[in-house]
Amino acid sequence: MSRVSLNLCLLGVMGGAVLLAIGNLMMPEGSAYHVPTYAVSLAGKYLCYAMLAVAVDLVWGFAGILSLGHAAFFALGGYAMGMYLMRQIGTRGVYGNAILPDFMVFLNYKELPWYWHGFDNPAFAILMVVVIPGVLALIFGWLAFRSRVSGVYLSIITQALTYALLLAFFRNDMGLGGNNGLTDFKDMFGIPLQADSTRCGLLVASAIFLALALLVARYVVTSRFGKVLIAVRDTESRTRFLGYRPEAYKLFVFVLSAVMAGIGGALYVPQIGIINPGEFSPANSIESVIWVAVGGRGTLVGAVLGAVLVNFGKTIFTGVLPELWLFALGALFILVTLLLPGGILGLLNRQARRAKPAKAAEAAP
Amino acid sequence: MMHQDTLLYLDGVNVSFDGFRALNALSLYLEKGEMRAVIGPNGAGKTTMMDVITGKTRPDTGRVVFGNNTDLTKLDEPAIAALGIGRKFQKPTVFEPHTVWDNILLALAGDRRPRFTLWARQTGEERDRIEDILKTTRLAEHRNRRAGDLSHGQKQWLEIGMLLAQEPQLLLVDEPVAGMTDAETEQTAELLREINRTRSVVVVEHDMAFVRALGVKVTVLHEGSVLSEGSIDHVSDDPRVIEVYLGR
Repeated sequence: MSRVSLNLCLLGVMGGAVLLAIGNLMMPEGSAYHVPTYAVSLAGKYLCYAMLAVAVDLVWGFAGILSLGHAAFFALGGYAMGMYLMRQIGTRGVYGNAILPDFMVFLNYKELPWYWHGFDNPAFAILMVVVIPGVLALIFGWLAFRSRVSGVYLSIITQALTYALLLAFFRNDMGLGGNNGLTDFKDMFGIPLQADSTRCGLLVASAIFLALALLVARYVVTSRFGKVLIAVRDTESRTRFLGYRPEAYKLFVFVLSAVMAGIGGALYVPQIGIINPGEFSPANSIESVIWVAVGGRGTLVGAVLGAVLVNFGKTIFTGVLPELWLFALGALFILVTLLLPGGILGLLNRQARRAKPAKAAEAAP
Repeated sequence: MMHQDTLLYLDGVNVSFDGFRALNALSLYLEKGEMRAVIGPNGAGKTTMMDVITGKTRPDTGRVVFGNNTDLTKLDEPAIAALGIGRKFQKPTVFEPHTVWDNILLALAGDRRPRFTLWARQTGEERDRIEDILKTTRLAEHRNRRAGDLSHGQKQWLEIGMLLAQEPQLLLVDEPVAGMTDAETEQTAELLREINRTRSVVVVEHDMAFVRALGVKVTVLHEGSVLSEGSIDHVSDDPRVIEVYLGR
């Protein structure tokens, strides 16, 4: 069942992205099949969020690590990409400085801070998209899991982690644009970002990376490693007495998940056109947990479904009644927790199971 | 006193929790290939003793020596499990979402590191060993059932099967027949005797009829130390044991 639904999900994600791209590029404006460019970028944003959701589901659904700070890894991947995009602006900035981004000129920087070096090289920037979230997750996870911090305590420190980063990135002397963040991007790999074809390319790239994330996640959770991981989630002490080291399992999956979130963030930034410290806000991490809960924890497909549906709802809702969105989100979370503990996917699976014996009974006589 | 074929040797082990002495200079020897029953009233330190041997609790003082010269008090749970000490808990703890087959697969002796399990494929040898264990524990027809759906007695056997899969030298079994029917109790005694042919076993149990049925040397614990030791008839005639069990 879950294998089938994951394949359907891959098909839906890839097919949907390609159709939207075709609708945008091939259909003449005014045609009923024309897809406006803003919708392409919106869909791309949803898919990046879906990657974050898959990352959250991997640690929460399969390892029982309820991370309330996962958006931090997403934002770090986004900043790494943002730094590359800033360096790409070159002399086209307001101050026309070939080396220093506008905000540095404005803040009287004399030279590029050391940690900005290398970000003009796309290969280095892409490497950092993976390395920065991965290394942070490695250090954080090593400290937390080795001291057997788990449950609510772990959730609280992940929340503290993202909050600390939020405060740090807000500071101007952090050298990353302070509360304005990084923006005013011109092009990526030498291609103008505003072009429709670039937007469509980014959407399809997001779909491809989301599909890869799903495939990697499925491989991991169905392998023997994944079986141990589920055992750790439910009965950690028992796995120790069998000779497993739960901390090693959690650490691996936590780092993998952080890298996925980072890649999601890196694809998100060029499509949104800005990255600022607001992305570290604890509310973002909590929202990503809600997407997973709504879609169905521990199913991977549910994470994608939840992220896309909730964000679609958010787009609609914030257009009509912006001030009520957070209340609606809170109510949704409470309702899902009380009425649909398995999320949407849990409901669908239950319906499918109920339909099956009925069909078998029909076929019997 | 320590001789060649001692498998496990607890020497003056003290454990206290917030001033409560759970183990009080406990000393105990177990021979290679022996089966030992440990009995004692609630709070006598039976479970704490298991915790100390398996690395869950570190003693304040004292030594726990396994095999020739390994000090268990320096090791953590996975390291002790890897040395060949298996533990069965009082409440059956199996991996509920997994099938019976997968539960035994995860318990099979082998490489426990993530870098191995990430790429591991089930081998024919592993399949044969799982089949063997399913037969021994009478779970062959239940191989594809979720462990969480098994009956209480079946879960106990599955957990014993998982211990067998670990191929330990020493098995620690905590109240294996609690909540079992008479028939299941009898089958469990038989299973433990079978296991004891190749491995050493320590059984903690309340059920005196079961201990009698095992027919092995008995250690009576009381307030964290050994009160009496010997055959079941010897200890049940010991006036100190009678006093502890029946009150003054």
